[in-house]
Amino acid sequence: MSGFQYESPGSVDEAVRLLAGAKGNARVLAGGTDLLVQLRSGAANPDMLVDIKRISELRQISGNAASGFVIGAAVSGAEIGEHKELAKAWPGLVEGMELIGSTQIQGRATPGGNLCNASPAGDCTPGLVAAGAIAVIAGPNGRREIPAEQVPVSPGKTSLAKGEFVVAFKLPPRAKNSGDAYLRMIPRTEMDIAIVGAGVNLTLDASGVCVAARVSLGAVAPTVLLVDAAARALIGSKLDDAALAKLEAAASAAAKPISDKRGTIEYRTKVAGVLARRAAVIARDRARSNA
Amino acid sequence: MAGYEDKSFKWIGTRPVRPDGVDKVTGRANYGADMKLPGQLTGRILRSPHAHAKILSIDTSKAEKLPGVKAVITGKDFPEMHNGVLPGDEGVNFHYLSCNIMARNKVLYDGHAVAAVAAASAAIAEEALALIEVKYEVLPHVIDVDLALKPGAPLLHDDIFTTGVTPKPEKPSNTVQRIQMQLGDPDAAFKDADVVVERSFKTKAVHQGYIEPHAVVAEWSEDGQCRIWCSSQGHFMVRTLTARLLQMEVAQVRVIPAEIGGGFGGKTIIFIEPTAVLLARKAKRPVRIVMSRDEVFRGTGPAPGTSIDVKIGAKKDGMLVAATGEFRYQAGAFPGSPVGAACMAAFGPYALSHVRVVGYEAVTNRPLCYSYRAPGAPLSSFAVESVMDEIAQKLNLDPMDLRIKNGSKEGTQMVYGPKLKAVGNLECLKAIQNHPINKIPLGPNQGRGLAAGFWFNLGGQSSAVVNIAEDGTANIMTGSPDIGGSRASMALMAAEVLGIDYSKVRPIVGDTSAVGFCEITHGSRVTFATGMAIIQAAEDVVLQCRQRVAKMWEVDVEAVKWEDGHARPAGANAGDQKPLSLAQIAAKAARTGGPLVGSAAINAGGPGPAFGVHICDVEVDPETGHVTVLRYVAAQDAGKAIHPSYVEGQIQGGVAQGVGWALNEEYIYGEDGRLQNSGFLDYRIPVASDLPMIDAIILEVPNPGHPFGVRGVGEVPIVPPLGAIANAVARATGARMTDLPLTPPKIRAAIDAKK
Repeated sequence: MSGFQYESPGSVDEAVRLLAGAKGNARVLAGGTDLLVQLRSGAANPDMLVDIKRISELRQISGNAASGFVIGAAVSGAEIGEHKELAKAWPGLVEGMELIGSTQIQGRATPGGNLCNASPAGDCTPGLVAAGAIAVIAGPNGRREIPAEQVPVSPGKTSLAKGEFVVAFKLPPRAKNSGDAYLRMIPRTEMDIAIVGAGVNLTLDASGVCVAARVSLGAVAPTVLLVDAAARALIGSKLDDAALAKLEAAASAAAKPISDKRGTIEYRTKVAGVLARRAAVIARDRARSNA
Repeated sequence: MAGYEDKSFKWIGTRPVRPDGVDKVTGRANYGADMKLPGQLTGRILRSPHAHAKILSIDTSKAEKLPGVKAVITGKDFPEMHNGVLPGDEGVNFHYLSCNIMARNKVLYDGHAVAAVAAASAAIAEEALALIEVKYEVLPHVIDVDLALKPGAPLLHDDIFTTGVTPKPEKPSNTVQRIQMQLGDPDAAFKDADVVVERSFKTKAVHQGYIEPHAVVAEWSEDGQCRIWCSSQGHFMVRTLTARLLQMEVAQVRVIPAEIGGGFGGKTIIFIEPTAVLLARKAKRPVRIVMSRDEVFRGTGPAPGTSIDVKIGAKKDGMLVAATGEFRYQAGAFPGSPVGAACMAAFGPYALSHVRVVGYEAVTNRPLCYSYRAPGAPLSSFAVESVMDEIAQKLNLDPMDLRIKNGSKEGTQMVYGPKLKAVGNLECLKAIQNHPINKIPLGPNQGRGLAAGFWFNLGGQSSAVVNIAEDGTANIMTGSPDIGGSRASMALMAAEVLGIDYSKVRPIVGDTSAVGFCEITHGSRVTFATGMAIIQAAEDVVLQCRQRVAKMWEVDVEAVKWEDGHARPAGANAGDQKPLSLAQIAAKAARTGGPLVGSAAINAGGPGPAFGVHICDVEVDPETGHVTVLRYVAAQDAGKAIHPSYVEGQIQGGVAQGVGWALNEEYIYGEDGRLQNSGFLDYRIPVASDLPMIDAIILEVPNPGHPFGVRGVGEVPIVPPLGAIANAVARATGARMTDLPLTPPKIRAAIDAKK
């Protein structure tokens, strides 16, 4: 690790100016739970770090379930977990965030960092994608908004241009009878990285028929996948065993994993379906109790 | 010596707070990396990225010119050592040891040290490493033991000729040795068996996973003296090996032990100390080297991977008739696998008239394989216990009945030579048999696994000093690093013999210039052997006290007895003297002959082997292959538990590491021969939530070789868990798996293959 310039701007505009004007490679520092490890191992060698934790807009959770929450990109996992209304409306998204690391890491890790680290195995990302979260991006040309799943493009790479960074996530207004869930497979019980992850977010009508669904898969492709075929297997059904079996098959079919030190193609493909099915059952039961 | 088993103790067997505990929980304790000397430099080591390569050249000139760099060394700075083992070398090939610490003409594994720098800061040292230009000619490599044993495998050394085979080979190979031990005629005896089970097993290399990385500070004086601060399992070992490798007189090297944050066998050898000394000598400044976790995985001494065949035959009633095992163990890049101990321990829990064990050791392109708790035995035990479980299933017998029927006991002839003296194998089996766990019904996808384990334990050389202060309190000192609560045990034994309160005894680990020689802390030997030295040193004090009181009372020493911390008249004829406490005697020490100092230096024999029997319940998620350990009970013969909490801690720690070994831990190499998981994210030791409360049952079958009946307890608890977990998983899934670790992908594949 050689020297670099460290900046901690107090405003979004200042952060954009620093990032856009940086000579060489500038990196955004949120919680640092990935970036600091990369610095120490030599995997990252930035010329400038722009610490965004002092920008108040990035550290707030605003809005509500009915109008839609806005989560600052640099809110910590611990803060997200302690936000009762958010956890009630989006338990799957919140539990995904809370699975990251230890208690100590929870004081640092952020949803913006998890998404922009662009690991397909990030535990917060599938929940954001299933929720239909919109990433608010600030940059030299002002602000723009894109679906969260369009931020990562491949492992370690995002679609953000020079000078841009994620400011916040906008969640859609939460309909009645909705529920979400995130499950991951790890060999241990905690402090581990997902071999497969699955997020499911769905809404039922008064008769219990699924009227909307989004299904995401982590660690089975270069980026977190939004699987439309899996969602279609659920929509219009009462989430019975037949629909769940279709979902499982669709999730496994969509998985395009690699074999590596953490798992094989065969294993990840099967378990993607298993976890999608199990997450759907949890989301369904949550939706039914959220009348 | 006999009779202690009936004696009632005041301190032995109690559970006071450990004397080193407060400093540890407050963060005050100094570990290897905490030492700081004025002017200290940071040392860093450049390591090979290749599994096997010739070093064509090393150019350090750019690194040397970097401002702030004070010294750069390579293999050329190390003295050349004799390639072989001479009398007095204690079995160490110093050429190999030196070449492991710093590569010479070849690098033999990913992580092999090739150069080192000392610089004014860590950043400068890192920059300097990047400026060292090493030209390699990459060679084919071999990681797997079966491939390494094959003719035509990439050859690591041209000076290894297999021992233990006739005729003596003319060509070098990777096969270091073949060993064989046999009782009876197993080949003939198998014909009498009603059932024979023969299976092949594979296991992966694992790391001890101690939390504290290796760390050293070395200082060199112009008069040729050298001081080393480090954490190790034996500072006398560090002294001897460093002195030999640097061709110094042993007494010129002083090694001061730090607290140790885990060793488990992995710190019974040196990796960085001579490098730090050479850098300090060249830089004329103290040098500190602290390994990163990546370096610990790539450049220390993990336990080997193996390939094993085990065959056992039994009668219908479960009586074993014959058994054979072939155990093929990886060494690392240099000879030193524990295959001998593995062969000797494999069938230890069983009385067998016809048994043969054969061992092979092969060098491979991976870090030096070194000791890990009961070296070699967990793997050979895993194979034997798996086959025993299958025999029980085939004969429809209770696996416990099968083990009790064939259990080794006092008088059993062991394949490696001796007959067993009093041991606690059957007692452990029966304790598990009677445990309430057996009555808990198992649910779907759950299985119960049983395994027994054996380990030798060691005695050896130890020294101890007991210094009585003028107020009758005691400072006691040994040279054995405390890796498992041994200071508490030393203080308890001293308090027992002296008859004073435990809180009046302060134990420390002395440095190599302060206390007599002690062998490394290994072989579960410290509470047994160093404890024996403490007992004798305390008895020395007691004798001196009696002699002085005899003078004061003007009687013979036999007329003064020592009881409950007081000198008392031995009988009616000894007079009507008031008892004198140790404090009263100490207060008069100046006038009765000077300071009260007791000492002992011994070579302890009769360590007495240890047995452990484990049972566990697991639940397997059939869709993900994830294993949850629901319950775990371990029974072990401790001889006499000096401090029961730390015996339980040893049992629980061994189980925790064994569960990791069984389920998730493995060295993962890529096709390129590079280690892919040199960190705790992808090298998965268990976290607390992965384990149930481990129920540790201590049995006490006194060891006749120790005054209090002590046996070593630190190693045998890691022997049975691999077999116990594998047997439980086999019974939960109906699929017997022979390839460790039992990772979720492997378990799911085994379940699918069964369908």
